[in-house]
Amino acid sequence: MTRVSTVPPPASAPRPYRFPVAQRSVIGSGTRLVVAPLTKAPLVSVSAVFHRGGADHDPPDREGLAELTALMLLEGNDARDGAALADYFESLGSSLAAAADWDSAIMSFTVHPDRLDAAMRAFREVLRAPAFPQRELDRIKAEHHADRMQASADPRSLANDAFAWSCYGDNVRYRRPAAGTSATVESITREDVESFWGAQYSPGDLTLIFAGALDNARAAALAEELTAGWVQGAPESRTMLVTPRYREPAVTLIEKPGAAQAELRIGHMGVPRAHAGYFPLTVMNAVLGGLFSSRINLNLRERHGYTYGASSGFDWRKAAGPWLVSTAVKTEVCAAAIREVLGEIDRIRTAEVEKDELDLAAQYLVGVFPLRFETTAAVAGALVSHSIFGLPPDYFDTYRERVSAVTPGDALRAAQDHLHRDQLQIVVVGDPAGLRADLLPFARGQIHSVPASAVESAP
Amino acid sequence: MNVPVETYRLPNGLSVTLSEDHTAPIVAVNLWYHVGSGNERAGRTGFAHLFEHMLFQGSEHVGVNQHFELVQRAGGTLNGSTWLDRTNYFETLPSHYLSLALWLEADRMGYLLPAMTQEKLDTQRDVVKNERRWTVDNQPYGTWWERLPALVFPESHPFHHSLIGSMSDLDAASLEDIAGFFRTYYTPDNAVLTIAGDFDPPSARALIDEHFAHIPRGAGKPPLASTTLPDTFGDWKREVVPDDVPLPRLLLAFRTPPFGDDAWYAGSMCAAVLGLRRGSRLHRALVRERQVASDASAFTYDLTKGSDVLVVDATARPGVPAEQLEAEVVREIDALVAGGVRDEEVRRVAAMIETDFAIAMQSAQERADRLSQFATYFGDPARLNEQPSRYARVTARDVSDFARSHLHDRNRASLVYVPRDGA
Repeated sequence: MTRVSTVPPPASAPRPYRFPVAQRSVIGSGTRLVVAPLTKAPLVSVSAVFHRGGADHDPPDREGLAELTALMLLEGNDARDGAALADYFESLGSSLAAAADWDSAIMSFTVHPDRLDAAMRAFREVLRAPAFPQRELDRIKAEHHADRMQASADPRSLANDAFAWSCYGDNVRYRRPAAGTSATVESITREDVESFWGAQYSPGDLTLIFAGALDNARAAALAEELTAGWVQGAPESRTMLVTPRYREPAVTLIEKPGAAQAELRIGHMGVPRAHAGYFPLTVMNAVLGGLFSSRINLNLRERHGYTYGASSGFDWRKAAGPWLVSTAVKTEVCAAAIREVLGEIDRIRTAEVEKDELDLAAQYLVGVFPLRFETTAAVAGALVSHSIFGLPPDYFDTYRERVSAVTPGDALRAAQDHLHRDQLQIVVVGDPAGLRADLLPFARGQIHSVPASAVESAP
Repeated sequence: MNVPVETYRLPNGLSVTLSEDHTAPIVAVNLWYHVGSGNERAGRTGFAHLFEHMLFQGSEHVGVNQHFELVQRAGGTLNGSTWLDRTNYFETLPSHYLSLALWLEADRMGYLLPAMTQEKLDTQRDVVKNERRWTVDNQPYGTWWERLPALVFPESHPFHHSLIGSMSDLDAASLEDIAGFFRTYYTPDNAVLTIAGDFDPPSARALIDEHFAHIPRGAGKPPLASTTLPDTFGDWKREVVPDDVPLPRLLLAFRTPPFGDDAWYAGSMCAAVLGLRRGSRLHRALVRERQVASDASAFTYDLTKGSDVLVVDATARPGVPAEQLEAEVVREIDALVAGGVRDEEVRRVAAMIETDFAIAMQSAQERADRLSQFATYFGDPARLNEQPSRYARVTARDVSDFARSHLHDRNRASLVYVPRDGA
């Protein structure tokens, strides 16, 4: 048989795409309203973002309070207890999710437009009349403890937790998990939750987002109804102070005797999401480790077979989140894999990326842009991030141009300015017997060794 | 909502499904090959999946790493996955790159072998071994992926053995195995191709003809080993696994009718009544009220051949021993068998299933993958559109009947993880 075409066929003419146009307004209560009408599916996604309800607003001696407060909103209110509330949303074909991330507390659900009014009435009670029953608080705290036990046994979670721990200085909130540790959550009381909610959940700090099968007028009416008569709280405003733990490279070994593999993290403190260099940094990282065809993955996986996958990325937060390389490798090749990663970091900081390689990364980011927003929940999620980080109004309309405008010189400068070879933290979770000697060459002085069981309570 | 379906077959046996939607300039290309780990021969566990990796290593006209690169350069996403009885490959791209995806898929369907080398095989073998370490050996509870099928299917059954494979069987895989597997199973008459999203059907048909029509049909494949089993286990199978885990966890499995049967939909709704989200019976009783579990859910494998498996998955609260966790789960199951379900429970799960279907169908790749699923298993992709009504038809009585006939104590298999230190 003969092949008709032996080279990749050319593309046809592209069709235009525009991110859904969102209407933004501020309603009477001071709540910001964002509405993106979409026509494709009989669904509406709703998100409520409390900008001062995130883990960045945890009181210093109450880490985990933000997450616990968000979760406790699902545990009952003046209208329904927790079980009845779950049942009610699920009988509407929906389910209400609540969580606090680093920068906000977010409640969200997706529902058929015919059931939206009913869901919104129940949602009003959730936000405004929570009961915070003591019994459920005790249960949620115990479930958090179970989660932490699981995290302490899971090499991936251990590596992430230990990396944060070695990345940030003593008093930095980012050093410990957003949901708190078992010890910090243990001391949280019902009064703490009630007063956090009373102060930090306020209509003036709220952005309400609707994406889906509804128009602006309906969304505005629902938002007014949700917030009418809601009295402002007196929120604490905290500014995250972020400092690194070490000013020099360090190696931390989390000892898990008998581990079948070594979980590896290499990186350091990154930059805040609002950084002016966001686009060069994003494109530079895409070349280095942001996609399958990136240097780090092709090197570690496709050239050497060291791993199932390797990637790098910025964890974007309001303050400087980490930048890190993540992979898991066979214990015997851990040192070799670290050398390859360090080599790739050196390479991207030394020489300009070839135009062709830069194009691969940029065209990928540009091309997948519409693919990221196929669902009402995905559009709502993008608008949530937009509101949390205070991105400009034309952000989505100019995203692809700005990615495409990044030059090889921009990417080189981004790497030189923001990847710090002399501050890299190396964290390995694995079998100490095979690893300690191998890791020594990367440690200037000593390896910080911590038994896996002690990561949770490490100072 | 109704997913448009246009279906036909090429003379070489390739089944094609087209599903147009111009909401966004996105197109999904999805190929299912009707071969999975169940088709592996003895001593070659893990081979179907290793083979899937090799399909990303280039083909006669596609260089090493070029498959990923060309799609990503076009602004697309891609992957593949291997299951017990099928393997799928898929790309989602800006719609003007449809021809690229078709060309790539055709090149590896028609011209894979010239690109296969020992070096590529050795590298992917190492990659897959690391995948095994990452997902199974170095993950708490990770071995459930292979222990549960081994427990619920007899040794003679094609789904009994490990999908990811043993290290020694992976070592044994050779280039000759690659060639044999390719010629036997990776043929147009053993594949279905689905395109969903923004495309022009006449041009898509022309492109499919151009790229796929000349690939010769296969010589037929050996039949899958028999999947016929009694309706129930006939006993209560048990396996206790002391492992490096912090909390006891129970996977309690039941044999059920296969996906596609009317009774399967009752079983699927029964699983949802038991374990779909926080309003479900298990969550309410074990996590919220009695506080013996930190988590509880239920799911089905969705197998179409012979029988399916319904699984309840519960993890203990700290301080609760495995025996107590199991006794409490069993108490809920027994109550369901004895007392059946209420109308409002069925309405709750029907409403969630309806919304979840609408949510899933927003994604072009999800539509394509499900159309390929129904084309592969039932020869009829349009069955996708019957799913909401097949669920909607299920009554509380159907679910109660299902529970009585399939959740009783002569049809149970317990896989129990207990912390090795006895904590």
